[in-house]
Amino acid sequence: MTAIYEIFMENAAAFMQATTVTLKLTFVSLLLAMLIGLVFAFFKISGNRVLYGIAQLYITVIRGTPLIVQLMFLYFGIIKIVVLPAFWAGSLALAIHAGAYIAEIFRGTIQSIDRGQMEAARSLGMSYPLAMRRIILPQAFKRAIPPLGNQFIIGLKDSSLVAYLGVAEIYGTALYAQAENFQPFETYLVAGFYYLVLVIIFTFLVNKLELKLNVENGGDAK
Amino acid sequence: MIKIKGLNKYFGSLHVLKDVDFAVDKSNVVVLIGASGSGKSTLLRCINFLELNDSGRVEIMGKSVDPKKDDLNKIRQDVGMVFQHFNLFPHKTVLENVIEAPIFVKKMPRQEAVETASYLLEKVGLSDKADVYPCQLSGGQKQRVAIARALAMNPKIMLFDEPTSALDPELVGEVLQVMKELAREGMTMVVVTHEMGFAKEVADAVFFMDEGKIVEEGKPCEIFTNPQHVRTQEFLGQVLA
Ligand SMILES: Nc1ncnc2c1ncn2[C@@H]1O[C@H](COP(=O)(O)OP(=O)(O)OP(=O)(O)O)[C@@H](O)[C@H]1O
Ligand SMILES: [Mg+2]
Repeated sequence: MTAIYEIFMENAAAFMQATTVTLKLTFVSLLLAMLIGLVFAFFKISGNRVLYGIAQLYITVIRGTPLIVQLMFLYFGIIKIVVLPAFWAGSLALAIHAGAYIAEIFRGTIQSIDRGQMEAARSLGMSYPLAMRRIILPQAFKRAIPPLGNQFIIGLKDSSLVAYLGVAEIYGTALYAQAENFQPFETYLVAGFYYLVLVIIFTFLVNKLELKLNVENGGDAK
Repeated sequence: MIKIKGLNKYFGSLHVLKDVDFAVDKSNVVVLIGASGSGKSTLLRCINFLELNDSGRVEIMGKSVDPKKDDLNKIRQDVGMVFQHFNLFPHKTVLENVIEAPIFVKKMPRQEAVETASYLLEKVGLSDKADVYPCQLSGGQKQRVAIARALAMNPKIMLFDEPTSALDPELVGEVLQVMKELAREGMTMVVVTHEMGFAKEVADAVFFMDEGKIVEEGKPCEIFTNPQHVRTQEFLGQVLA
């Protein structure tokens, strides 16, 4: 016990710093991933075979290969094209990974909106893009919040792999610390603790947000 | 106002509308009746191009419409539609439902849109519900909001697809009341309904559809008391029984 406590105290400053890096990684990559996801969701529902094929290929490859392989592949690919700091290259790689899952989330929730909504909007003279933006997407986003929250938590934990690109986020900090203090068991335990606390906080916030939206809009009824 | 000639519509290999001729004069109310699956909704949806016909001509307000060339969004602004299941926007309040299209389609200043909406909500008897979300309304109230929402675009034609079929019987009257009022004011209306009382009282003409064809049309008194076609007789026998 005391060893764990000592490791915790000794590395508190480094881990706090690392927590901000993890959070930044998560937010930046998830924000990018939502953009990517939205684009590919539209590819899938576009009715255009080529766009659909592109989206399907992307999703299949991402789902069918390990994240660490994708990260390494994308990282070395990205830095061949543009010189990016490891943080940004890592964020981009994480975003490309999560984007595939978020594309499926958005596709699902957009298609779950009753057909009558689009028809009513079009019958009022709205163009397809306007109806999408004003009528369908706000409802689809609301339905996407629970699965997005879940994806966010997965993204938070997945961001640990960016340590291998040399980013000093929580896991990276643990890697470095245990090499110095020769107490890997205690060090990784402390790192795990940080992740756990973050996940618990996010789960709480997502639940709160869901509740709030439900009260505001008076539920999802037609 | 509406003139349809030789219209055909297929869903895949299913021939849903067969050589339909159909016309509605200005300020007239036409009621469309027929068995389930006979193509009433499809015909209605061809009038505002939610479905595109495969052949034939659709003329709206004296203009022949070519869906490939003409701006359908523009045409739809003049053709309001009310649906069986209301299709109100659940994430918007009653008022927001009504001002949405005037603001974002017609680019009407918000102030003006709100004034129009308030007037229309009063007209359908729902002034007190302006800030409520649709899920807090009864079916009859939802449908009246849907009518106000369509009217907010100041359409020249209104289409109703079984506007009272999803309502509890005691709520049907309040919606029909609003529709009668509209008819009295001279709105051109096409109504798919099973409310024969409404048809008798309000319609200038009744069209009976069977298997994608209009098999009989005439004044409501003629159709209801003296139907010529055997299919019309059978259908009315079932509905009026
Ligand atoms: N989008 C569609 N795709 C394929 N078939 C369709 C589609 N819409 C309607 N149909 C078919 O076309 C035929 C006519 O349908 P329509 O909805 O116009 O009938 P209706 O007279 O309005 O019937 P109801 O009284 O049940 O509303 C039916 O056989 C229906 O199954
Ligand atoms: Mg129908």
